[in-house]
Amino acid sequence: MKFAVVVFPGSNCDHDAYHAVKHVLGQDAAFVWHKETSLGGADAVILPGGFAHGDYLRTGAIARFSPVMQAVRRFAAAGGPVLGICNGFQVLLEAGLLPGAMLRNRSVQFQCEHVYVRVEQTDTPFTLACRQGQILRIPIAHGEGNYYAEPAVLEQLERNRQVVFRYTTVAGAVTDDSNPNGSINNIAGICSEGRNVVGLMPHPERACELPLGSADGLVVLESVVKAVTQGAVAATR
Amino acid sequence: MRARVFVTLKPSVFDPQGTTVAEALHTLGYSSVADVRQGKYFELTLDANTPEEARRIATEAADKLLANPVIESYRIEIDAAGAPAAGAGR
Repeated sequence: MKFAVVVFPGSNCDHDAYHAVKHVLGQDAAFVWHKETSLGGADAVILPGGFAHGDYLRTGAIARFSPVMQAVRRFAAAGGPVLGICNGFQVLLEAGLLPGAMLRNRSVQFQCEHVYVRVEQTDTPFTLACRQGQILRIPIAHGEGNYYAEPAVLEQLERNRQVVFRYTTVAGAVTDDSNPNGSINNIAGICSEGRNVVGLMPHPERACELPLGSADGLVVLESVVKAVTQGAVAATR
Repeated sequence: MRARVFVTLKPSVFDPQGTTVAEALHTLGYSSVADVRQGKYFELTLDANTPEEARRIATEAADKLLANPVIESYRIEIDAAGAPAAGAGR
């Protein structure tokens, strides 16, 4: 299958994502510059981490106006799998492809560490190969990952089972201590109502090989390969 | 014409930066400071003929870009005496 890795000016995890899908998973992959208006026939799209447009104004606020986002919007509306990692998640929020917004971490610090997240839902293209409740040890690296949604939106997210990843202890307990940024309900990642658009703050693409400290993130990318090759998810063209 | 746009976090939204600033002020001895909310300030120099037109443009800009309606609200002030752009303001 073919991945499109979108590159905004200021993206800095684009090569990490490309490396993970191309060299670790052996899939086809191409960088797509933000000025492009097509995703080049990709089966899945990754919006990588970084600081798109310098994070000026708000994280993701300028990136959502990049021409490529029109193509991402169409791809998502057609049911195609879209993964937003860290800054990519922030772009999806600003673009309105996922609900909610990011606040500054409650520590007011850039948090760069490995954390534990629990897989809450396995019926998204990016968690298909996970076990329900599986604990993944993957790194975070962000200053604004404090997820916020208005009470009514939050209630809807929980009711629709759109919370896909939650920060927990190594044993899978949702505690305040295991929440690295103050996110409401320990939310680390969510999906769209259609479940094909997933955003998360932790970096699964940086945890795909044991020499990097963990290979727990690989299952997220393996999931979408499985979903696409089994025909479980595809953009209608 | 000049429009001033003040963007602030909604009262219901936690402001970690404002809280940190308040704590710093307390450290400096300003115990009378009960709370701090941090926001953003934009000054738009506009080619608009009337204050109403300037307000309409600034409101659109705030809705579309300057503020994120999920977490922020905004307030606009129009300064009709502000330096007009070349060619505007007869």
